[in-house]
Amino acid sequence: MAKRVSLSGNEAVAYAMRQINPDVVAAFPITPSTEVPQYFSQFVANGQVTSEFVAVESEHSAMSACIGASAAGGRVMTATSSCGLALMWEMLYIAASSRLPVVLAVVNRALSGPINIHNDHSDSMGARDSGWIQIYGENAQEAYDNFIQAIRIGEHPDVQLPVMVCYDGFITSHAVENLEMCEDAEVKAFVGERVAPYSLLGENPVAMGPLDLPPHYFEHKRQQAEAMRNAKKVILEVAAEFEKLTGRKYGLFEEYKMEDAEAAMVIINSTAGTAKKVVDKMRAEGKKVGLIKIRSFRPFPAEELVAALKNVKAVAVMDKVDGFTGVAAPLHNEVRSALYGAAEGKIVPGYIYGLGGRDVTVNDIESVYNDLFKAIETGKYEVYNYLGVRE
Amino acid sequence: MPNLKELSKKPARLTGGHRMCAGCGAPMVVNWVLKALKEEDKAVTCSATGCLEVSTCLYPYTAWKDSFIHSAFENAAATISGVEACYVAMKRNGKIDDTYKFIAFGGDGGTYDIGLQSLSGAMERGHDMVYVCYDNGAYMNTGIQRSSATPKGADTTTSPAGKVIPGKTQTRKDLTEIIAAHNIPYVAQTVPAIPGTKYMFDLYNKAEKAIYTKGAAFLNVLTPCPRGWRCDTSTELDLIKAAVDTCFWPIYEVENGVYKLNYKPAEKKPITEWLKPQGRFRHLFKPENEHLIAEIQAEVDRRWEALLHLCGEK
Repeated sequence: MAKRVSLSGNEAVAYAMRQINPDVVAAFPITPSTEVPQYFSQFVANGQVTSEFVAVESEHSAMSACIGASAAGGRVMTATSSCGLALMWEMLYIAASSRLPVVLAVVNRALSGPINIHNDHSDSMGARDSGWIQIYGENAQEAYDNFIQAIRIGEHPDVQLPVMVCYDGFITSHAVENLEMCEDAEVKAFVGERVAPYSLLGENPVAMGPLDLPPHYFEHKRQQAEAMRNAKKVILEVAAEFEKLTGRKYGLFEEYKMEDAEAAMVIINSTAGTAKKVVDKMRAEGKKVGLIKIRSFRPFPAEELVAALKNVKAVAVMDKVDGFTGVAAPLHNEVRSALYGAAEGKIVPGYIYGLGGRDVTVNDIESVYNDLFKAIETGKYEVYNYLGVRE
Repeated sequence: MPNLKELSKKPARLTGGHRMCAGCGAPMVVNWVLKALKEEDKAVTCSATGCLEVSTCLYPYTAWKDSFIHSAFENAAATISGVEACYVAMKRNGKIDDTYKFIAFGGDGGTYDIGLQSLSGAMERGHDMVYVCYDNGAYMNTGIQRSSATPKGADTTTSPAGKVIPGKTQTRKDLTEIIAAHNIPYVAQTVPAIPGTKYMFDLYNKAEKAIYTKGAAFLNVLTPCPRGWRCDTSTELDLIKAAVDTCFWPIYEVENGVYKLNYKPAEKKPITEWLKPQGRFRHLFKPENEHLIAEIQAEVDRRWEALLHLCGEK
């Protein structure tokens, strides 16, 4: 039986960790993710879990210890934000290429500099090509649900990849929300035990992390890419099983009032909540607007997105990060690339919004939909836009 | 006192066929350390990126008979600490029966410099592990660049002896002392096994103590690199003897905070005996650089005196 609780996003994720009872959590504090290891170390201190908590001296060592523990066959997790994720960078690639299903809560925060503790997506978007699966969530409920599902996704025999579970700093991590939590036994049964194909502590000795020269390196990267492709199917399978358990439905992305939408928005994380409000209001006014909220950014659901956007005339792609390409931010790039050759005449502008925690209001979002309708009417629009910045 | 005949019968846990250079001291050190493992005990070994790693574990081969992991350059200590933490959790939860020991190896670059933070963290946390530094006094894998373990005056590719600057101008960092300051159960400094010396079994004995002392332990082993030292492979161990006899590299240990000098040369030799046979110090013997040798001697003397005090020898 599920129970209704009021928790912050960080609490919800830490509770998920408690219910999963991993072998090792190795973490280093950084705002706004600090509470996750803080709550977890309390669970350890109270004997509520049987895990080892390794209070490392940096995020680099956090990910290094996670790699060692996961290579030892353990179920391993950590949490970080912003510069902490940046300090892990080198090890992110090594975790992924070593095919170690570490689960990492990324509490999204702007990347320095200038230093800023508030939310945007520059941290995890910077790590988008590190070979990690990236799952994003709108609120505490989704952060909790995604964290539990991440175990099964990453450890699936066809995947064996690390997973980032991303949610917005402060907005989701610190705000207290009502959510439904599974029973401990339900989570335990859902995640099961990790079965590592190879382990440093297994029956036979193994060597991990060898020097891999031109005769083999390329094949290993190819296998890694295949695992990421496989993840798409596995994400859906795990979601279906999770729905049976909880009644909560998840996919590669969420479609909100997209049935007959003419103007749509593609967005990630908590601002989707604000945007849904706007969609409701504009729908009440008879305007055909809809929204797509990306859940799986890696792997990127390109074909599925093309199908979902088939009938829209204009779609605004919202990035809470600037990619500094001079062309388009990361999500905008992905969506346009997916639509290439499949969307003759479709209007696809990008909007960069909310950097460094700048508030995004319903008026801001409504102005984007209004831009789209104007573009549909006149055929004129800017491709690269900033929302809510003083120029 | 270990029996050499019996020890020689113990199978090597780092096999031959690896690709370290002829005369490299690192595999000798590794094998003597691993010899100290009880045969029935399993081990997980780990190496920082460096000569040892790239020469002993090239896909699809490995020279390590025990489980081995390499992840990056600066984090061997953190990586093995994660393995150890997982073992502790699994042992506690009844998921594993065997006894495992955890041993990480790193050169001086991966230990004194880029890996110092990770090492310090792992030592302070007190994982039941041994970290072995094979200190050959430079980044040899990338082509003999200076490290903070490089002795003063050495000619390396990033502290070259030029017309104006005569090699490395700084004295070497004392990492053994830094780790001793972590107040872990066991820290020791030693050299490879050299037949005929009184300290032939010092590395073996210290490895055994380090492995079978609960908690974090650290071994710092002066290890010859004929390429970097520009010395003859056939006489490189004489150089190690010179390092000990000149008191450039004292053999001592710190057990639960208590210092012990394990070998005191009958006669302290002048530092030139260590410097002279090595090509990397050749320029120091030019007349205009004589003052540098005097400075190096003074620094060795100062550190030796300080150590004698710590060891209760004075």
